[in-house]
Amino acid sequence: MLTILDQVSLQVSHGERIAIIGASGAGKSTLLGLLAGLDLPTSGRVWLSGRELTALDEDGRAALRADEVGFVFQSFHLIPSLTALENVMLPLELTHHEQPLQAATQALENVGLGDRAGHYPRQLSGGEKQRVAIARAYVTQPSVLFADEPTGNLDQQTGETIIEILFNMNREYGTTLVLVSHDLGLAQRCDRIIRMEAGQIRSSTEQSAEKPS
Amino acid sequence: MKALSLAWRLLVRDWKSGELTVLGVALIIAVTSLTAVAFLTDRVGHAVELRAAESLAADLRLGSSQPIPASYKEMAIEADLDTASMTTMPSVVFDGDQSTLSAVRAVTGNYPLRGRLKTASQLLGQAAETSEVPAPGEAWATTRLLARLGSDTGAVITVGKASFKVTKVLDFRPDQGWQFVDLAPTLLINMADLEKTALIQPGSRVSYRLLLAGSRNDIDTFKPRLEEQLAQGERLSDIQDTNPQIRSAMERSGRFLNLASLVSVLLAAVAVAMSARRYALRHRDRIALLKCLGSQQPFILKLNLLQLVMLTILGAVAGTILGFAAQEALAWVARDLITQQLPLPGASPVFLGLVTALFILCGFALPDLVQMGKTPVLRVLRQDVEPPPLRYGISYVAGLVAVLALLQWLVRDIKLVLGIAAGAAGTFAVLGLAGWALVKATGRFRGVAGVAWRYGLANLSRRGRESIAQVVAFGLGLMVLMLLTLVRNDLMDSWRDSLPENSPNQFLINIQPYEVPQMQQFLEEKGIEVPRFSPLVRARMTAINGQDVNQISFEDPQGERWAKRESNLSFGDEIQTGNTLTSGQWWQPGSNSREVSVEEDFGRELGVKLGDELSFDIAGEPVQATVTSFRTVEWDTFRPNFFMVFSPAALDGYPASYITALYASDDDDEKIIDLMRLFPSVTVIDLEASLAQVRDVMDKASLAVQAVFLFTLIAGLAVLWAAVQSSLDERSFESAILRTLGASRGRVLTGVTVEFLAIGFLAGLLASSGASLAAWHLAVNVYELQYSFSPVLWLTGPLLGMIFVGISGMIATWQVVTHSPLNVLRAS
Repeated sequence: MLTILDQVSLQVSHGERIAIIGASGAGKSTLLGLLAGLDLPTSGRVWLSGRELTALDEDGRAALRADEVGFVFQSFHLIPSLTALENVMLPLELTHHEQPLQAATQALENVGLGDRAGHYPRQLSGGEKQRVAIARAYVTQPSVLFADEPTGNLDQQTGETIIEILFNMNREYGTTLVLVSHDLGLAQRCDRIIRMEAGQIRSSTEQSAEKPS
Repeated sequence: MKALSLAWRLLVRDWKSGELTVLGVALIIAVTSLTAVAFLTDRVGHAVELRAAESLAADLRLGSSQPIPASYKEMAIEADLDTASMTTMPSVVFDGDQSTLSAVRAVTGNYPLRGRLKTASQLLGQAAETSEVPAPGEAWATTRLLARLGSDTGAVITVGKASFKVTKVLDFRPDQGWQFVDLAPTLLINMADLEKTALIQPGSRVSYRLLLAGSRNDIDTFKPRLEEQLAQGERLSDIQDTNPQIRSAMERSGRFLNLASLVSVLLAAVAVAMSARRYALRHRDRIALLKCLGSQQPFILKLNLLQLVMLTILGAVAGTILGFAAQEALAWVARDLITQQLPLPGASPVFLGLVTALFILCGFALPDLVQMGKTPVLRVLRQDVEPPPLRYGISYVAGLVAVLALLQWLVRDIKLVLGIAAGAAGTFAVLGLAGWALVKATGRFRGVAGVAWRYGLANLSRRGRESIAQVVAFGLGLMVLMLLTLVRNDLMDSWRDSLPENSPNQFLINIQPYEVPQMQQFLEEKGIEVPRFSPLVRARMTAINGQDVNQISFEDPQGERWAKRESNLSFGDEIQTGNTLTSGQWWQPGSNSREVSVEEDFGRELGVKLGDELSFDIAGEPVQATVTSFRTVEWDTFRPNFFMVFSPAALDGYPASYITALYASDDDDEKIIDLMRLFPSVTVIDLEASLAQVRDVMDKASLAVQAVFLFTLIAGLAVLWAAVQSSLDERSFESAILRTLGASRGRVLTGVTVEFLAIGFLAGLLASSGASLAAWHLAVNVYELQYSFSPVLWLTGPLLGMIFVGISGMIATWQVVTHSPLNVLRAS
């Protein structure tokens, strides 16, 4: 059997921003998947917002995600057959939000894409796609936001814009942020940096304050 | 509620973005082709039924030797049915010194209820349809009657105590039939004159008929009510009891149509399956994302099912509307081919549309959609995480069950459906195996060609499973198309050939043995082909295996009727044309044994088997014979045929008359009238009208078959489209990579075209083999027709495959190659 994560112990406080960094194959994404309840460890336990994820079944974890969690991915994961606005509306519709249209429109405007609402993902640039994804992640006002290499597919300048938006939203909503990246500059803007190597946490460094970008 | 509205919104969004186009269109084509065919066959079938009803002159006919109680007629009128009456009795008709025996038929004013009478103003005059009956004091006489009397219209004839002026020649009665009971030539008079003739006396042989007609529903509900009331000696006939020629033609056309609609179902199902697979593949990411956003597995399943139901309803509604429109258009286009106006279609095809959409989607799309729902949520982080692979066994079983259920619902013949199932399973297995062998073999050629060819052929074997699936799907589609072409042309031709233009149309009966050589000579002199003369012996069955027929309890009521009525027996050393032995053996010519060959269905109804001994009473003398063979008879050939044919040793020497059938063209009318005058005791029955009825049924059926052919073609193209679409994403990606690596647009295009051409060629090869075998099987075993293998087929198959698939591939690939590689790579 292949051991991907080993002896990992990690606690993230409410409102904290942490960055998980490490080389490819270090187990960053696997750790993120476990923290978000997307996957289960073969042994060990995971809690999210006071509830033990590892004790919940697939549907229980899904319900918890719907209430508490937002995601931003490296490859955006927008649904190609839905417009930007419809993509943002989707989580609201799933949680039976009363006014998904207004909330989603507002969320798109917050990321500066109010005028691209009717466009399909294929008509958007990479940065725009990620902004739609951020709008979708924040539109339900989750208590935790997981971001998996959010700038990995973007050029530096676009990446910085995206980070700016991500952190602004984090401040505005007081969301806990768990970020996976191998961009040290990005990591240094978080409260804590978790460095991973060969499936283990090598170091956990507290940052004094957010550095200007 | 939440799932419902979300499912609806996602469906609408998918449709708007084009994601659902292939699946939706494939489904709509399926429903359209099936419902159009169903609407059309419903109309044609109804027209055929009406045509068949004409041979009764009604939808229902009640016959009796006693006056028919007035209460029946009142019941019928209450049930909204039209009624008419006919009273028939034999009587001698006088014209001066001349006299002849005639069947005097008195009818009410609205006779016939179905079909039209045809009359001419004088002998050999042009006949035209009429909606009238003879006025009181007038009579219409058939050509035969006038020929025997040596008179024409205008003559005043005497029947019983009344005199009538002959005002018209009765050319055709829809219910004239040609049973042996319709022996004497008809004189048609008005019911109001019946009493004046004073022909109805105690002891006179009168037959009474009450004719009934109405809508299908009214007839169906009325028939059992009337049946309950029937007294001894009253017999009810409906179109099931019409002459065997029309029945046989109807059954054959029914089988043609069932075969054809079945093919549309299969093709459409293949198209739906292919597009559903693509839809599912493209939506794995969405499912993973929905789960990531907190949707639970049951909710996802509910969402998918709801979308499926919505798609079913939408597809069914759209398809049914299109089907109705298409059928209207077809009926309009073919309006000149149909001699009669088609009745409006019933509503049942609407239901068919819904059921079809449901069966096809459940059988062919559901397994993929359910599987798609199992996509692990982890796919949002890792693109290589796939849903558990669909068990192909499960998906094939689901498809097979759905198709079988649908077929059973359409055809309602479990034996036929199971036969088809076994055939289809075998076909798939053989095609799959052959496809695998061909794909493997083709892979070996990749080394001998240039880069583009190598790329194309390498693709073929690399996508091994998909290639086989496509070869089988295309092959099946092509096979069906070719099969239908063959069925339509070869089989329809063979069918029509079974009733060629010069089929016998005059039946001559009651020919005395001494008249046979005279008549042969007469025909030869007049230049009419001399036919075979069959002896006819009237007999009554007395016992089966020594047991009195009156004591036997027959399982089949029809058998009991056969046994108790007078039989027409024949004998001869040669088996008649159109007769085929199914079991036992024909006797040696000149053999001394007393044997009888029995028609298969007749034998089954009687409950006799090989070796049984049948006893008859012929003019007071007992005769026995052993059943030594069973035969099938092509009743629609219009030749004299017999349920029971004996060895000459059994019947020779008993009083016999002869019967024969010959073909006389329109120009031969005078020769036939001469013949009637020369042989006054011979009865000539003109079958031209009955032949026309059967040909009309064939025409309508072939129209329906051609319509089905058209829709099957469209369904076949849908399969092609779905298949090309299903590999489009992968091809786009590969093409982008190749072009990024420096391959020219032309080279990429050539490579993919080679791949499609190879698939088309292999599919065509499979199709040719399959179609030949299937056509042969259908011809020989189902339609009982001769079939010859066509070498052209082996060329057309691969050629058609290459053209169809190659061109579609080119078109699809064109789109792939024209996209900017950068965009494609970015999008993926």
